[in-house]
Amino acid sequence: MRTMLSKYWLYFVIVVLLIGAGWIWASRDDGGAQLQASPQEGFLAPNFTLETLEGETVSLSDFEGQAVMINFWASWCPPCRAEMPSMENVYQKYQNQGFVILAINATHQDTVSGAANFVAEEGFSYPILMDTKGSVSQLYQLRSLPTSLFVGKDGLIQEIVYGGPIPEADLQTRIENLLGGRQ
Amino acid sequence: MFPTVQIGPLSAPTPGLILLFGIWLGITLAERLAPRFNVAGKALSDIVFAALLAGILGARLAYAVQSLPAFLDNPLSLFSLTPNMLDPVGGLLLAAIVAFFYGRHKKLALWPTLDALTPFLATLGIALGLAHLASGDAYGVPTTLPWGIFLWEARRHPTQIYEILGAGLTLALTWPSAETVPGREGKTFGCFTALTAAAHLIIHGFRGDSTILANGIRLEQVIALVILGISLWWLGRHFSDPNEVSSQP
Repeated sequence: MRTMLSKYWLYFVIVVLLIGAGWIWASRDDGGAQLQASPQEGFLAPNFTLETLEGETVSLSDFEGQAVMINFWASWCPPCRAEMPSMENVYQKYQNQGFVILAINATHQDTVSGAANFVAEEGFSYPILMDTKGSVSQLYQLRSLPTSLFVGKDGLIQEIVYGGPIPEADLQTRIENLLGGRQ
Repeated sequence: MFPTVQIGPLSAPTPGLILLFGIWLGITLAERLAPRFNVAGKALSDIVFAALLAGILGARLAYAVQSLPAFLDNPLSLFSLTPNMLDPVGGLLLAAIVAFFYGRHKKLALWPTLDALTPFLATLGIALGLAHLASGDAYGVPTTLPWGIFLWEARRHPTQIYEILGAGLTLALTWPSAETVPGREGKTFGCFTALTAAAHLIIHGFRGDSTILANGIRLEQVIALVILGISLWWLGRHFSDPNEVSSQP
């Protein structure tokens, strides 16, 4: 009896595995990478155009083919202020390797003078973009400050980090992953 | 979708809070049900806490080892309170090793302990689905079905809800009976792994973020099928009907 039971169980296992293998084949993904733009990992980073503190117009699409860190910040936000000097260090280290930082000030929740004073004090060299109307914050469904998105050379968002400050070693790791083309 | 929750000036990640609540609920449940597996509830919660601590430590160390030059430049980053610098595989590995040796040190029997941990693991599965729903991760492929949810610019399979239902069903089906049955040690855990693998095998067919192998085949489904096969083989090998066995001459 035990042999018969084992045999029936074996048949059951084989049938289950065959159905499972059939399901894997039937549900295979032929779509490849996500080609839509959406503020989520695995999707294309939505394009935007903003003015810098100096009044220059900058678009995300200007940096096609480069690794980009998009950082949302405000001058009143302590973790934002804490991580921005580390961002400057890594920007200095990696900018010659095709890495850029776009630091978007959530100006609709901040003041232009507050942002400008902080940037002048610290002397950041990466572009500081001013989201005066909050349109880019809305486009990226911004829910907390700081928020950082790491965009690969192919324009796909590889990682999103909510909150901060991001430690410098972590920043380096994520940037090296971006530049190394880890997908 | 609520990736963060604002508590006064603090912005806390909702998925993390849900997972913490899930861990607490899972431990409480497992502690209460542990006597049904002839395991002391206190011993079970001790092993879970030891594994959790080891898991966090292992996850952080594994993350740092993968980026050693960066951490040698900034060694204090190793102690940062951010939850982002964690490697799940390293964490799981160290948690499993510590749980195994802690259990041996406390002279806990392996299979009853794993059985008693099942309510904790199944509850954690439900919490993981809820955390995915809050963050918008683990999203589905586009669909025209009426129960699709609008997420990331498309109507998609609500795979996070499928995940919650799958884990909930697993918890219900592996819920221990009030009376312990001798000689069935390991069956609950075996059923749990088989059901969880089956659920992932099915659900990953609807996921939009899978790791793709050749010809569009999803890696996660292949792993789930292998685990399902091993679990079923193991269940069949160790648990035949005792009445049938005793009827042998």
